[in-house]
Amino acid sequence: MTVISPFLNTILIFGGINAILAFSLYLPLSCGQLSLAQGGFMAIGAYSSAVLTKNFGVPFGLALLGGGSVACVFGYLVGFPALRIKGIYLLLMTLGFNEIIRVFFLNFSYTGGVGGFGGIKPMTNLYNLYPVLFLLLVFYYRFHNSHLGRAMRAINQDQDAAEARGLPLTRLKTFAFGGGAFIAGLAGGYYAHFVQFIESENFGFMTSLDAMVYVLLGGSQIFWGPLLGAYLVTTLPEIFRVFQKFRYEIFGASLVLMMILRPRGLLDEEVCSVAWWKELILRRRAQ
Amino acid sequence: MFLQQLINGIMLGSTYSLVAIGYTLIFGVLNLLHFAHGEVFMLGAFFALQLSLGLKWGLAASMLGALIGTALVGFLIERVAIRPIKREYFIAPLVATIGVTIILQEVATKLFGSAPVGFPQTVGIENFQLGPIGINTLQIVILSISLTLMILMHLFVSKTKMGRAMRATAENATTARLLGVKVNGIIIQTFMIASALAGVAGVLVGMAYNTISPYMGAHMAGKGFAIMLLGGLGNIRGAMLGGIILGVAETFCVGYLASSYRDAFAYGVMVLILILKPSGLFGSLIHED
Repeated sequence: MTVISPFLNTILIFGGINAILAFSLYLPLSCGQLSLAQGGFMAIGAYSSAVLTKNFGVPFGLALLGGGSVACVFGYLVGFPALRIKGIYLLLMTLGFNEIIRVFFLNFSYTGGVGGFGGIKPMTNLYNLYPVLFLLLVFYYRFHNSHLGRAMRAINQDQDAAEARGLPLTRLKTFAFGGGAFIAGLAGGYYAHFVQFIESENFGFMTSLDAMVYVLLGGSQIFWGPLLGAYLVTTLPEIFRVFQKFRYEIFGASLVLMMILRPRGLLDEEVCSVAWWKELILRRRAQ
Repeated sequence: MFLQQLINGIMLGSTYSLVAIGYTLIFGVLNLLHFAHGEVFMLGAFFALQLSLGLKWGLAASMLGALIGTALVGFLIERVAIRPIKREYFIAPLVATIGVTIILQEVATKLFGSAPVGFPQTVGIENFQLGPIGINTLQIVILSISLTLMILMHLFVSKTKMGRAMRATAENATTARLLGVKVNGIIIQTFMIASALAGVAGVLVGMAYNTISPYMGAHMAGKGFAIMLLGGLGNIRGAMLGGIILGVAETFCVGYLASSYRDAFAYGVMVLILILKPSGLFGSLIHED
């Protein structure tokens, strides 16, 4: 058990949770729906699973699934009005939903209201977090070239053309929202059972912005992007600890710099393909 | 009671309007959600605080100082984080403004501390009784400053040559450039004006509530977005009216319903507007996407 230090353990767990959160945004984003409600879905998952384990004594695994399912229902509900709008409008609407969920938990006395919800059992550890992350990775790996994945990308590139081709837009887009919300709910469950105390402030729209930053920094075209982005953002402030005082400033500046140099994120399909590296190496050799 | 709440609401709303005008101006010319605008608002309050406490400047002088300071901040943001970024992907500049938000908030907490601080009483408060309504000098000052700025802004945009160039850029940047408008200059000018307005709004909110904190920007950012949508994206008059509507609605919510739901109000409005009438109450400049 004690092979790694508690510090590394914490970093790895937060990295994993953030990676799951990033994956939750990747699903709706793969059909062009940029959502800023992931923090809210995470809140729903966190609170519901915590209530299940603490007040009803449900096993952790089932509670996680329960939290994810509740978040999923709300994801579907948000998915329907989201069908009609896109781009900036969708961003703002989901941001609005996120804040409504936050204010709801701020006032909901059953889960502690302003005082927060404490006394949650510490259940999250590396051994139950990483298998799920791995499953998600396998899912996205299979998803990328599956029928569903291609349909999503078609919608992302040209919604009208995709619809003319007979793709069921409503079903696919609401599926993406609901599925994304389910994954965000999982992240919330893990988070609640790691920090043991949650309050509505943990899930404001800054959390959703974080999720967006993970995906867009890492690259939104391929599933390695969110993974890389989440780990980078989690570890960067720690790496910059050398510059202790200014680590967040450096992080902000590197975000700006990244957008100047690679506006579509670090990774894209080109960089992740074997052919691209082969050609790069060949060109180097030729010189 | 009703009239009293109305006056309080208009006062609160007029400061919202100043912030929302900035959002809508920037959205108009750049099609950009400027997340760091809330932080500029916060910086305005702190600039005025430093000037009036540290240098013992009067109200007018420190407000002018805050205005100039935030205009410079706006200039820097545009130069460093907006202009170098290619416009092809609409999310990229947005993420860059998130980076700027992080930097500004951290710098502010380092310089001014993370705890809320008291804002100096700069106006001698005198209460007046107009029939059933009580109003004090502070409210009159806040209301008159923000209304004056809004009228000036309206005149500037609708009557001057620069304002016309700004509207042309908002409508179609390519055509405006073809017709000889210096679009880059207009963008930077828009940023400076928007930031200056937000700075003044920060000072006014500081005066109204007597406390300011480095985290006051984030909440204002959310409200600014809601008002911008309520009034219609890119619609300046819409932002002015939308701000006042939201301010009044929030005050009534606190007065007659529950104060803790106050913040949900703005976001509820935002979601409803997007579902029912995405172009806003007063029409939007931007037609698609």
